[in-house]
Amino acid sequence: MSSPGALRPPPTANPPAAPSGARPVRRKRRRTWRQALRRDWQLYSLAVLPLLFFLIFRYLPMLGNVIAFRRFRPGGSIFGDYWVGLRYIRMFLSDPTFWDVFTNTLVLGGLTLLFCFPLPIVLALLLNELRSTRLKRFVQSVSYLPHFLSIVIVAAMVMQLLSIDGTVNQLVRAVGGEAVPFLQQAGWFRSIYVSSEVWQTVGWGTILYLAALTTIDEDLYEAARIDGANRWRQTWHVTLPGIRPTMVTLLILNIGTFMAVGFEKILLLYNPLTYPTADVISTYLFRVGIVSNNFSYAAAIGLFESVIGLTLVLSANAISRRAVGASLW
Amino acid sequence: MVIADRVASRRVARARTGIRPSRGYRVFRVVNAIVLTGIVVVTLYPFVNIVARSLSDNAYIVAGQVNLVPRGFNIAAYKAVMSDPLFWTNYRNTVFYTVVATAVALVLTTCYAYVLSKKHLKGRTALVGIAVFTMFFSGGLIPNYVLVTSLGLKNTVWAIALPNAISVFNLLVMKAFFESLPVELEEAAAVDGLNTYGILLRIVLPLSKAVVATMLLFYAVSFWNSWFSAFLYMDQMDLLPVTVYLRNLIAGATDATSTGGGLGSATDVVQSAATIQAVTIVLTVLPILTVYPFIQRYFVSGVMLGAVKG
Repeated sequence: MSSPGALRPPPTANPPAAPSGARPVRRKRRRTWRQALRRDWQLYSLAVLPLLFFLIFRYLPMLGNVIAFRRFRPGGSIFGDYWVGLRYIRMFLSDPTFWDVFTNTLVLGGLTLLFCFPLPIVLALLLNELRSTRLKRFVQSVSYLPHFLSIVIVAAMVMQLLSIDGTVNQLVRAVGGEAVPFLQQAGWFRSIYVSSEVWQTVGWGTILYLAALTTIDEDLYEAARIDGANRWRQTWHVTLPGIRPTMVTLLILNIGTFMAVGFEKILLLYNPLTYPTADVISTYLFRVGIVSNNFSYAAAIGLFESVIGLTLVLSANAISRRAVGASLW
Repeated sequence: MVIADRVASRRVARARTGIRPSRGYRVFRVVNAIVLTGIVVVTLYPFVNIVARSLSDNAYIVAGQVNLVPRGFNIAAYKAVMSDPLFWTNYRNTVFYTVVATAVALVLTTCYAYVLSKKHLKGRTALVGIAVFTMFFSGGLIPNYVLVTSLGLKNTVWAIALPNAISVFNLLVMKAFFESLPVELEEAAAVDGLNTYGILLRIVLPLSKAVVATMLLFYAVSFWNSWFSAFLYMDQMDLLPVTVYLRNLIAGATDATSTGGGLGSATDVVQSAATIQAVTIVLTVLPILTVYPFIQRYFVSGVMLGAVKG
């Protein structure tokens, strides 16, 4: 009877009146830690390994960022050897390459947001207008497919399509142009990056919108029609407001990943010729840190990037809470 | 079935547009169908193109004459890639890494999600917070690299499995599912004398086959597709997964130096870059394409489940 039966509330001297009376109601009174541990130790024990994971592989690296302020020697302590203050921060602030890659990050992030955020909404609305459910399901299945591919495969496909003998250059030649070595020209990189990103994400991005669309009350359309709204007005005044919470949530999430613009994809697609437009903060710190072994310097840049990322999410969240009353938490 | 679908959707369409669709709306529907067809074509074209290239003669590819159908049909490039022992070694590595990493991830995620789903648990908010915070702030590449290196995980499967053991998104999906299970069953099992572990193993998990399958697929696909951890932490060619094999192949091609490492003497020099790359892409993407029709709906339902929470 006194065994740690995990899910039963322990007997109390003064049990609160149960509204249904059938089973004991969850008590409101705060338990002390000792009671909680005695009662739920088995549950807590299940959390030990996952907590170790978070501490070692998530929080320890956060602390590891102190090497941005300390001299780090490969093979030495992972927290560095001695303090050097803001040396590495000053170093990247006065590094012209840093500002180039910073600008590139903003431009690529901005372009990605500009296309990859609204296009799924448009596609979801178009799909929603399809009358045949079979056709709709087919288009959906096809458009989700790129989401399941490895970035390496996407990059390899991009390279094949854009190579001198690839499809795009076949089209260019067909209309009488000269073949363009797209991937070797800095001027093309942004378009290539953003369109491959759209290709890969637009279909998958519709899922949540399509789900939200099905929850919109048919009566609202009925009411709008009685008020004389045509199809377009119905979309504008009923459909879009109906999916607004989803839009806001996804916008915040998109803004949160703004600074982390497709590091892996850029790493696969860029080359020294396209650095002027393709090199972003994360790829730069990869080269500085991992390739050239300047760990402290790279960590300083990485810390800067993470802090900006966090600030962006927090402010986007705060703004949306003020403005539209929707937020992530 | 088809007729029923059509009737139903027409009824919806009519109900929503009044007695009959306006002229403008009918024009829109045609345009819409064209646009969506375009999207399907654009999405599928690269796949068709790669297959065509993989089966073509290199001379036609270099001449820029291959798009939808193979020209100079031959399977020499397939033979070349498939006779490369490194390709098979790396393919086996991919399978091995995926299995180990998925198993670790599944166990840890299930345990934690189950704990987090217990609303009465003291400190639960903090436990959720610990996980969710890492979605928005991360240590960054360099400290992670330093950590994994100094733990001595380099060149082992743990460098891939451990740092990515819990995806917070998956964790929240699973937590949402566990929360939706009826409490009465677990309470009854507790009365019958099962402890927490017994309840999880014998009551909760058998009821959660759907979500466990979904998580399995989420993790398996993401580990199968991953390349960067291996690229970062594996120094030896024979430890690489097939994604990095492909990466080395295409990186070699962009640097215009060679067709990449490890193709071996089996490869005819003339039978070069383009075809070999296409074949490797096809062989790498094939397993995903094969299972895609079956796993797609699990993914969709998983995402929806996660969104309910968000």
